[in-house]
Amino acid sequence: MFRLHDVSKFYDGKVALRPTSLDIAAAQTTVLIGPSGCGKSTLLRLMVGLLTPSGGEIVFEGQQLNATNILQLRHRMGYVIQDGGLFPHLTARANATLMARHLRWPKKKIGDRLAELTNLTHFPADGLDRYPGQLSGGQRQRVSLMRALFLDPDVLLLDEPLGALDPLIRAELQTELREIFRNVQKTVVMVTHDLAEAVYFADTIVLLRDGVIVQVGTFRELAESPADPFVTQFIQAQRGPQQNAMGPT
Amino acid sequence: MRKMTIILLLALPLGVTIWAARFETRGLSVGSKKFTESVILSELLAQLVQNTGQPCTHRAELGGTQILWRALRLGEIDIYPEYTGTLREEVLRESDVESIDDIRAKLSEFGLRMSEPLGFENNYAFGMNKKRAAELGIRKISDLRRYPELIFRFNNEFMERGDGWPAVRKHYQLPQRNVRGIDHDVAYRLLAAGEIDLMELYTTDAEIAYYDLAVLEDDLGHFPRYAAAILYRAALERTHPGVVRAIRQLERRIDATSMIALNGRAKLERVPEPQVAADYLSENFDIHVTIDIETKTEKLVRFTREHLRLVVKSLIAAVLVAVPLGVLAAKTRTLGQTILSAVGIVQTIPSLALLVLLVQPLSWSAEQFSALRAIGVSGLGEWPAMIALFLYSLLPIVRNTASGLQNIPPQLRESARALGLPRFARWRLIELPLASPTILAGIKTATVINIGFATLGALIGAGGYGEPILTGIRLDDYGLILLGAIPAAALALIAQVYFEIAERVVVPRGLCIRS
Ligand SMILES: Nc1ncnc2c1ncn2[C@@H]1O[C@H](COP(=O)(O)OP(=O)(O)OP(=O)(O)O)[C@@H](O)[C@H]1O
Ligand SMILES: [Mg+2]
Repeated sequence: MFRLHDVSKFYDGKVALRPTSLDIAAAQTTVLIGPSGCGKSTLLRLMVGLLTPSGGEIVFEGQQLNATNILQLRHRMGYVIQDGGLFPHLTARANATLMARHLRWPKKKIGDRLAELTNLTHFPADGLDRYPGQLSGGQRQRVSLMRALFLDPDVLLLDEPLGALDPLIRAELQTELREIFRNVQKTVVMVTHDLAEAVYFADTIVLLRDGVIVQVGTFRELAESPADPFVTQFIQAQRGPQQNAMGPT
Repeated sequence: MRKMTIILLLALPLGVTIWAARFETRGLSVGSKKFTESVILSELLAQLVQNTGQPCTHRAELGGTQILWRALRLGEIDIYPEYTGTLREEVLRESDVESIDDIRAKLSEFGLRMSEPLGFENNYAFGMNKKRAAELGIRKISDLRRYPELIFRFNNEFMERGDGWPAVRKHYQLPQRNVRGIDHDVAYRLLAAGEIDLMELYTTDAEIAYYDLAVLEDDLGHFPRYAAAILYRAALERTHPGVVRAIRQLERRIDATSMIALNGRAKLERVPEPQVAADYLSENFDIHVTIDIETKTEKLVRFTREHLRLVVKSLIAAVLVAVPLGVLAAKTRTLGQTILSAVGIVQTIPSLALLVLLVQPLSWSAEQFSALRAIGVSGLGEWPAMIALFLYSLLPIVRNTASGLQNIPPQLRESARALGLPRFARWRLIELPLASPTILAGIKTATVINIGFATLGALIGAGGYGEPILTGIRLDDYGLILLGAIPAAALALIAQVYFEIAERVVVPRGLCIRS
């Protein structure tokens, strides 16, 4: 689905991502994980074309991303940023349908798609005409998800979609989100810094550190045959307190 | 419902523009300075011209000498009364003219003519309260040297003129330090109240007798003689010989006593100047003109129309220019700073200076391009006022538009891009609505400032609420001042309400929710 070849990113000469190659498999959930500042968001934003790589190339479904095709290609990607990035001046409905309306989809088609998505995301119908400021954090996240899914994209890119939520809602939404991913059968790339969440969602985990991919694999592979002592260290650091906090499972 | 309100909101300024539109009759115009004698003389001239059947407007109370002189040379006005002393000492100061013939020769280089003297002189003099002068034993100007602590107040023009305060001080070696500029008519009141000790007088002022003032003797012969005469464009002799004959009937027909009486009627008895002039013409020339003196309501309607015309037109233009400029300014830092400092510079020019600066280029452009003339561009009146207001209104709108756009949270910009919205759609659907409250606030600020500034338009003949304020100050008529000040304040309030409503409708509801 995505093929990154020696992609790097510098901000004013400071490296955020060293030359990196990565294949994202179709119809699978890939999770990018790593300590804060390691370059997860950078990697994701490169894939949506919000950043242009300082070196290397990014190929999406056989087409190299460039300034001319990026707008078109973005219609085939759904992107959800950390706090949802909902437009405060638009209602939930207007946020979700924005792009479809811009592309002049027929009213009926828009209505049907919206109904389908409110079902999928369990978004309360009476919330559709409310503004983001009048919705709960969880509801806002559902609206961002509807907006990202509206054009039925081939791939869904999520940057810490559950980061800002309180633990209870977060757990609830995790379950639902995985349900949704299963149902839509899409390629999903998701960023998180929470290992439990990564394990819960991922077919493949990509572990980053200081702008470098340390290891790519399933959780089992990471735990059993770490490519670097850092892998074990990361897993331990995250698991210990997490399990204590969650209690016996 | 929302659509309807938006249409109504847009219709309001449009409707106002149409209602306030002026259908000008072009004719000759006579200008006057903003003091009563000048207004009366010009009114006499205008009525004499109208009496020949030639349409003629009197553009009353146009700021000071410089504005009138320029306007005459540029053909914005055709006739105005002037004093030989002013020509010699102020207008033609650089050319060192001495005799009347020198003046005539110099004027004809500018394509201008001067009539024979009207028959009276209106000289500068220094005046004090009779009682106070007697107490101090002051009779002549040189006596003032003994009292350095006296408070002097002069009209602003006198503070700066070639023959004004700086020259008097040098000539008489006067030591006074507490000397400042003030409006002439206000000075009379302060002198009467004993707040100040001395002011400059015009010898035909009716107030001299009214306030019982002592006129100090010009013992070292400083003040030049100011004989009143008519200045007019030489071209009139060719194009309107009848008009020239008509106005020159005034030559040697007004002596000082008559002029003081005329001034007294207007200033002290509050008879409107057109009436004063008409009575004089019917008594002395057997010329009977019908004048229609505006009622208070008619005046108020006219001032309102003039004021609205200035405000609405300059604001619409400012919005059309400033919003795109603000959008540009938000794009890059350097461009933004350049644009902001460019529109900021205008704010540092004092308003009167800006108005005067605009007269010349506007007259010139109107002369060069007939298309401009056809839409009514001219160096006096509405246009310079509108352009000044337009320039003053730019900064708040540009600044708010730029900051409104710059302060859009980066996540929202990014979301819009990530959705795949093209540039223009992002701008129209996301950025503009998000910035709309700030932009609207900028327009509101500009409007309120604009309504206040527009009162200055009266100084260059643009009318509006500034006109009764100017006249009211000149005639010491509080009623008139209020006739301008109250509606101006009311208009500012109405504008506030208009923008409150506009805010409710234009600003997306979602932006009013703060969670
Ligand atoms: N616009 C920018 N300009 C300069 N440096 C940047 C910029 N964006 C990110 N960086 C830097 O690049 C590095 C990678 O940032 P990135 O946002 O990809 O981290 P992250 O892994 O998503 O971290 P987090 O988990 O905290 O979100 C960081 O050191 C960050 O400071
Ligand atoms: Mg991040």
